[in-house]
Amino acid sequence: MRFIFKTDYGQDIKLAKHGGHVFWYGALMLLLVAAPWLFAEYWLAQLTFILIYAIAGLGLMLLAGFTGLFSLGHAAFLGVGAYTQAVMTNAGVPFPIALACAAGLSAAVGLVIGLPALRVKGIYLGMATLSFGFIVEEVFARWEKVTGGNSGIHIKAPDLFGWKLNSGGEFYFLCLVLAVGSTLAILNLLRSPTGRAFVAIRDSEISAQSMGIHLARYKTLSFALSAALAGIAGALYAHKLQFISPEQFNILQSIDLLLMIVVGGVGSVHGAFLGAIFLISMPQAIALVKDYLPAAIGQAPGLQGVVYGMVLIAFVLFEPLGLYGRWLKIRTYLQTFPFYRKGMFKRQKSFQKSDRLK
Amino acid sequence: MQLLQLIISGIAQGCIYGLIALGFVLIYKATETVSFAQGELMMLGAFGGLVCMTLLGFPYWLAVISSIAGMALFGVLLERLVIRPILGQPAFSIVMLTIGVGYTARGLITMIPGIGTETHTLPVPYKDQIWNVGALVLNVEQMVVIGSTAILCLVLFALFRYSKLGIAMQASSQNQLAAYYMGIPVKRLNGLVWGLASAVAAIAGLLLAPITFVHANMGFIGLKAFPAAVVGGFGSLPGAIVGGLVIGIVESLAGFYAPDGIKDIAAYVVVLIMLMVKPNGLFGEKLRKKV
Repeated sequence: MRFIFKTDYGQDIKLAKHGGHVFWYGALMLLLVAAPWLFAEYWLAQLTFILIYAIAGLGLMLLAGFTGLFSLGHAAFLGVGAYTQAVMTNAGVPFPIALACAAGLSAAVGLVIGLPALRVKGIYLGMATLSFGFIVEEVFARWEKVTGGNSGIHIKAPDLFGWKLNSGGEFYFLCLVLAVGSTLAILNLLRSPTGRAFVAIRDSEISAQSMGIHLARYKTLSFALSAALAGIAGALYAHKLQFISPEQFNILQSIDLLLMIVVGGVGSVHGAFLGAIFLISMPQAIALVKDYLPAAIGQAPGLQGVVYGMVLIAFVLFEPLGLYGRWLKIRTYLQTFPFYRKGMFKRQKSFQKSDRLK
Repeated sequence: MQLLQLIISGIAQGCIYGLIALGFVLIYKATETVSFAQGELMMLGAFGGLVCMTLLGFPYWLAVISSIAGMALFGVLLERLVIRPILGQPAFSIVMLTIGVGYTARGLITMIPGIGTETHTLPVPYKDQIWNVGALVLNVEQMVVIGSTAILCLVLFALFRYSKLGIAMQASSQNQLAAYYMGIPVKRLNGLVWGLASAVAAIAGLLLAPITFVHANMGFIGLKAFPAAVVGGFGSLPGAIVGGLVIGIVESLAGFYAPDGIKDIAAYVVVLIMLMVKPNGLFGEKLRKKV
């Protein structure tokens, strides 16, 4: 067991709470920096995808996990970022400026879609974002002069003021820097008054309002920040795949993003990363197991859908805090061994809260 | 004449949207949960009808009745097994749960060899028949859709208005706790509501199948039924049908008069406008929470 002896108020908001944090996150950082020399090209590419999805997941986590507004059209923001990046890079704009524009444009679109969020909530907000996602996808497909329509668009390698990032290793470092940067930004945001306001809105809008939190301002801010992160992720996604087309940003992608944060653990920054690892490694795991199953099951085209659906159902039913929640339980078990009690993380029974009353 | 023709086909399509939306609204009103699996339930209903007719060789009417009854039973079981354990949890988890159910259903159907990956036609007795009324050319399949929806609406209206069960359902939808104190078995009613919603979805599937085809991805039409439910006001049964008709007609007109591509997003544009102008829908109730 570890006891933290507090001698200073500053300790409450420190990012690393104790030596263990410093050690383990430092070790993880070292491993990630050394990854290009340790792993083969293929695994490095998968790791890059994990980082990209984690950035998008952080954005969605901020919105759904910390502000309590859930979006069924988040792939649209990803798409706006990806297409902005593609168009600007192909026009010869250097990478950092294009990335800033991708994030900015996504944030602007997020502001627009955040406006109905001021009036509607719960399922209506889901509908608004869902509709918005479909409309954006259709715009990508029809605005052929800019987006290349359904045939898609190719994108050149990122260009950092003359330094072309052509190899997988260089691009991996770019993603790593951005992912670490966004994680630190989110952690910093969450310990600031703004982040506390988001959490207050999630827990109860009425009490947040009574505390003097300007609901409209913070909700739109949350949408804009979330969209900006999705835009950054989209820009990196476009560079990684080198080719984008409208169907990469459809409703299934939005659901994948939601699945990622639910499986990772809604309401935890770790969850975004754990979810991204899950989302990227799942198809690989299925492909590995496939050959050992009887052909009727293993080779059937619907296998991936069934597995995803089952996993989602199982997590919502049995582990609503996701992978991170499971890790917390294991850690508590080890830390308090042998005093762990079964009811320690028991879900509180609650009455059905009516959404119809605002 | 052409306008009338377009409107009639829009109404037929709108009835399908309305029927699926009716399923959402039934579940939403009774249990305050939103089912994203409604489109997939419709797909299962259509496949049920297909299996009864082609593999088991049932006559048309028996196949329809057995697939509707089968889906109702499936709905009750679904509620008992996966929905009931997490009642009272945030709406978000239930949305994710039903998305998971939808994924699983679609995947399982695709996994059935020989049936799941193909598109099928449903052999109905009124296939490809046409009525000529004056200058109008009426497709019998569409007329059947409109007629059945009207009958179903009357039946549901009677159920909710006159039967004890329907009145109990109304009571529990207004306030579950108070209904429970009055001796209404709320949990069992929730199960029945899921059964009813699945049965309605199966009917929608059987009606839609002759117009399009039966295939594993036909459930995606459920995503267009959401706009219908929102336009009508999420908590209103007549609203769902009216919303469906509005969406169907707008889509049909947009497909003819507007440029390419507008047809596919017309429903979503309508719902966004609706949410900005009148967030509670055409027939929605407006209540405020008192602290």
